[in-house]
Amino acid sequence: MSAIEAAAVTEHAHHQDDHVVVAMEHLEKSFGDNHVLRGIDLVLKKGENLVLLGKSGTGKSVLIKCVVGLVDCDEGNLFLFGQNVADLDEKKLMDIRKKIGFLFQSSALYDSMTVRENLEFPLNRQQQPIPKEEMESLVREALQNVGLAEAIDKTPLELSGGMRKRLGLARTLILKPEIMLYDEPTAGLDPITSKEISNLILEVQQTYGTSSIIITHDIDCARRTANRIIIMKDGVCVAEGSYADLKKSADEWIRSFFE
Amino acid sequence: MQQSQEERGPLENGSPKEKQRIIRRIVSQLTPHQSQNSHLEGDIAPKGLPEAIPVSRMGAFFLKVSSLTIFTLRFFKEVFRPPYEFHELAKQSFLIGYKSFPLVGITGFIIGLVLTIQSRPTLAKFGAEAWLPAMVAVSIIREIGPAITALIFAGKVGSGIGAELASMNVTEQIDAMQVSGTNPFKYLVVTRVLSATLMLPILVILSDAIGLFGSYVAVNLNGHVSAYLYFSQIFQSLEYKDLLPAFVKTFFFGFAVGIIGCYEGYNANKGTEGVGKAANAAVVFASLMVFIIDMIAVQITSLFQN
Repeated sequence: MSAIEAAAVTEHAHHQDDHVVVAMEHLEKSFGDNHVLRGIDLVLKKGENLVLLGKSGTGKSVLIKCVVGLVDCDEGNLFLFGQNVADLDEKKLMDIRKKIGFLFQSSALYDSMTVRENLEFPLNRQQQPIPKEEMESLVREALQNVGLAEAIDKTPLELSGGMRKRLGLARTLILKPEIMLYDEPTAGLDPITSKEISNLILEVQQTYGTSSIIITHDIDCARRTANRIIIMKDGVCVAEGSYADLKKSADEWIRSFFE
Repeated sequence: MQQSQEERGPLENGSPKEKQRIIRRIVSQLTPHQSQNSHLEGDIAPKGLPEAIPVSRMGAFFLKVSSLTIFTLRFFKEVFRPPYEFHELAKQSFLIGYKSFPLVGITGFIIGLVLTIQSRPTLAKFGAEAWLPAMVAVSIIREIGPAITALIFAGKVGSGIGAELASMNVTEQIDAMQVSGTNPFKYLVVTRVLSATLMLPILVILSDAIGLFGSYVAVNLNGHVSAYLYFSQIFQSLEYKDLLPAFVKTFFFGFAVGIIGCYEGYNANKGTEGVGKAANAAVVFASLMVFIIDMIAVQITSLFQN
């Protein structure tokens, strides 16, 4: 067996590991001439918070959109819960993707619906119908978890930026996902609300045992939430480590993120 | 001589997924500014093509038509596949049908009134005033009622659908739906197109009835004609060949307004600017399609009548 084949077998075994929930092998994505992802290798372990740092336009959002299936990658392999996405049929893929939650940068709330309806919407889409009483209790529990119990009959337009983020988080968590993807969860928020959102992300990790990929430019959010940090540059991962390690990096460019 | 697997390449011997990926990559390279939104990826997105490959305006038009055709085929594929969104269909039918009724009703009344007032002097000149109810009825039922109502419908509903879906698109609400395990095409597009297709014929019937009532009011502005006499003359002058083709074509009008509104909204980009453009394009393109369908319907009807 050649060295390359041996490495591939080891890599494959690694992705079958129960502790790995997301694994990417040389993931590439282009939009025309714009090569956004240029061979990403990344692993997300069960129960960890992985923070992605990098300048705008380095492909962080595209990367997590590949994970959730909003963007299809051109090259490379994506393993979700040990299964190669390329080998799965549409139904199996949909079942796996239901285990993934995505908090959009803009929260992506349904403006034509009330807060209650926003939370009921994903529950109503489940294959097994949920009884009305159970749905009411799930909605109230989700809102209480994010401190929005009072806003149940309001519309998203009546909520502040921080409340919208928390509602977006509640809507995602109501399906009890095993993987959470956060796209700039604290963008556009004041420092106090940003801290609240960061604490909520930690609470989610501890309460539900979720594994998360968090994209942020907010270094305080990264410090609070990250178990591990990956820094991306021009569509590739250039550094990996803990907050403390990367802050002391010999590379000035990497250190500049933490200043 | 038999080719080896390597010689044949992955397009010939790869798995279906692999083939799809290669084709997607080629399409992506042909369209440099393809949107990152996955729900567009199944469609040919003409956006950005003029920058990548120099195409004439006519070429861009044909690209748009082909893209709309693929969108329409996808509608027919999704419409018969469960799950069916009956609740959303009922909601959209209420919004599209019931909420459009006041506007359509007022327009129909005014059209009937104005047509009668304008036609009466000319008919009187030829001593054919007695033909007024028949002329107005045939005009409204066969052409003016369906066409004007469809145009009003395109302006109100087409632009509304275009702007709503475009707004949902640019604020990532469609992506959020997809992530939560919902097929956004089925939930948003199929329900709206079906509602528009089913509601417009009902609105046209109501508009025609109100238009004829408007005509009766106009006749009575300068004289007195009993309602019984007036409507008897109308019904005596109408035949099935007047009613049926006019009714059938309204389904096509409704479908055109719905599918074009959804297409423009679903494929909108460029942020808030795209919302305005989608609403505008939905009205313009849908109104044009109404006239084109009307022309085809008239030709087909003439063929059968001859």
